[in-house]
Amino acid sequence: MDFDLNEDQSLLRDSIERLSADLYPSLEKRMAHAKAPLGFPEGNWAKFAELGIFGLPFSEEDGRFGGGPVETMLVMEAVGRHLVVEPVLPTLVLGATALRLGGSAAQRARYAPDVIAGTLRLTLAHTERQSRYDLFDVATAVRRTGEGYVLNGAKSVVPNADSAGMMVVSARLSGGRRDRAGIGLFLVPADAPGVSVSPYPTQDGGRAAEVAFTDVALPADSALGDPEGGLPLLERVIEHGIAALAAEAVGSMETLHRLTVEYLKTRTQFGTAIGGFQALQHRAVDMLIELEQARSMALYAAMMVETGDAQARAAALAAVKVRINTACRALGQEAVQLHGGIGMTMEYLGAHHFKRLAMIATQFGDTPHHLRTITDAEDGLLAA
Amino acid sequence: MDLRFTPEEVAFRDEVRGFCREKIPAEIRRKVSEGRGLSKEDIVTSQRILNAKGWAVPHWPTEWGGRDWTTVQRYIYTEELFQAAVPLPQQFNCYMFGPVLATFGRQDQKARFLPRAANLDDWWCQGFSEPGAGSDLASLKTRAVRDGDHYVVDGQKTWTTLGQHADWIFCLVRTDFEAKKQRGISFLLIDMKTPGITVRPIITLEGRHEVNEVFFDAVRVPVENLVGEENKGWDYAKFLLANERTGIARIGLTKERIARIKRLAKEMPAGAGSMWDDRDFRARVAGVEVELKALEITQMRVAAKKGRADSVEPDPASSLLKIRGSQLQQAATELLLELAGPFALAAPVRGEGTPGLPNDLPGGFDWVDAAAPSYFNNRKVSIYGGSNEIQHNVIAKGILGL
Repeated sequence: MDFDLNEDQSLLRDSIERLSADLYPSLEKRMAHAKAPLGFPEGNWAKFAELGIFGLPFSEEDGRFGGGPVETMLVMEAVGRHLVVEPVLPTLVLGATALRLGGSAAQRARYAPDVIAGTLRLTLAHTERQSRYDLFDVATAVRRTGEGYVLNGAKSVVPNADSAGMMVVSARLSGGRRDRAGIGLFLVPADAPGVSVSPYPTQDGGRAAEVAFTDVALPADSALGDPEGGLPLLERVIEHGIAALAAEAVGSMETLHRLTVEYLKTRTQFGTAIGGFQALQHRAVDMLIELEQARSMALYAAMMVETGDAQARAAALAAVKVRINTACRALGQEAVQLHGGIGMTMEYLGAHHFKRLAMIATQFGDTPHHLRTITDAEDGLLAA
Repeated sequence: MDLRFTPEEVAFRDEVRGFCREKIPAEIRRKVSEGRGLSKEDIVTSQRILNAKGWAVPHWPTEWGGRDWTTVQRYIYTEELFQAAVPLPQQFNCYMFGPVLATFGRQDQKARFLPRAANLDDWWCQGFSEPGAGSDLASLKTRAVRDGDHYVVDGQKTWTTLGQHADWIFCLVRTDFEAKKQRGISFLLIDMKTPGITVRPIITLEGRHEVNEVFFDAVRVPVENLVGEENKGWDYAKFLLANERTGIARIGLTKERIARIKRLAKEMPAGAGSMWDDRDFRARVAGVEVELKALEITQMRVAAKKGRADSVEPDPASSLLKIRGSQLQQAATELLLELAGPFALAAPVRGEGTPGLPNDLPGGFDWVDAAAPSYFNNRKVSIYGGSNEIQHNVIAKGILGL
């Protein structure tokens, strides 16, 4: 057991922190970034690519140095600390994990170099209007044709679909809408005929879209792995998404807690810094406990997300999301409360962290969803 | 970064696990598991088995029976003891008195007291709290006045845990009445058989005799029983608190309780099936488990931090473990109470069980009898060892700089 970063990891942490801090020196700068047509400046994306972070998910044979869950955690913590609006998660975690775990050598060879170079962005389109957080609830349909597949259906709140060159889409080849079998993951170019993207801003400064597929023709090699047995792959992608979100949440909570403690030390009322009041001190301590418990769960996620035992992995990542969601809510709400009125304003940085944290708690499963995953496991969570 | 145990650490864990289950008598472990009280003999028996193996005081200096274990090994050892429901080595001897004496005592004191403390030949208790000195411990008033080769001690200590078994008490006493309150305190070792000492039981709300008041009336204590320097006792007490952090969250204990709750819930009749069929109950268990998993990793992070073994200042992170660990211990006893359901109401006649109750409850009677007392008694864990409110103050000052 060893919690220390190795030399490469320390370098990665420092370089991603430096770049994020440079690109995001102020809230005004972030607002300006988010106003760009794609929701972020293309130049920023190129800078992240220059650092090599988009090579992290791929092994050396696919072209880059290859990192694991700890490396992803380090990147996502910086994303959270600085409220980065570039769609790092959809490309680096969702799309690339699907490609890495589900793609053939040929598929990886075809797309990985562009992802690594920063010229191809990815996203995952899996949510449907009725599915909520059930990954197997898929109405979007593919059928086989002589040359490959035809895709019809619609996906909701697809992250950053308007800036992605390629979407990984869950679609049903056979079975009923809520059957676990019969689902595949398909690579769909965003500019393929029949793909229509209706983008909109999100509550946390990002972008998402409703995406419709009308008779979209896909080649035979567009399926990632088994076109009827893709659910386990989708589950693994979402598990990686949860691990990444956990790290992002920790980064954001770290900043928000720091801002709150600084505020308590500088805001004076009744002729004294309000940080001297014990009622407020204890609440700031409870926020720290939330942060540290969340940090532990982000580490736990990094430890468990590559574990071979699927059942233990699923229970672990569900537990991670339950705890992270709780921390996001509790720490975020307390931060606003301890700031008082200023915490309620659009011009205050902390308010934007609060909003991002609230949205993280709704992504990839809310608390009741994941609590059910744990309680439905035969012996609960911690048989391991 | 590698959060898994190494093969060596896994082998060590298995060795501790096997030893606990094979060598510590099952009846003692069953009492711990069911939350029933232990006799003095139970605690002595268990500790002597550990001591014979060289495992009673692994964190002491090797010269005095310690093992040169890594922090991870110490962590594994403590957690395995908890999970096997083995009584921890007597905490006042092993985690408080021993480390203080080994660090600040004279060689002749160490030779005289440490081997006997490790083997529980002497039972030590702690004389810190007083009626007027609880959270504000430094305001203590028990006086020790020098008279030739002796101190004459007058005053009162309270909440003296298991003082009824004790051969010796280590006390904080005031030796300088002019100095600022932390500066005038000394650390004194007192033989409980000395004339002038009276021990009076305090019965806690669940009906057990666990704590005591100890009165000192002109008690003569040889000056050679002073530890370290006169008026430096507060520093030694702080060192003692820093040492206490090992296993302070008692995660293994709560894990063991949760595992038992799950076993019993599957057998406990409810509705058309068992309590485990009740999804709401399972969700409450899961909620505790999630928090426990997070705290387990937090504890490993604290344990893995290096270079703090000699620190005199308590680590504020251990306050976090204390706060959340005590809350989880309490949450587990609440779940047990809920599991016992209506039967929790019946107060057992000591040693006889409750007359007339159905005798076929899952897991037998003992845990049902202990459910309510254990819930009552565990309210103490957020009060003792520095109340959770004091721990909040420690973090606010020590980590947040407020």
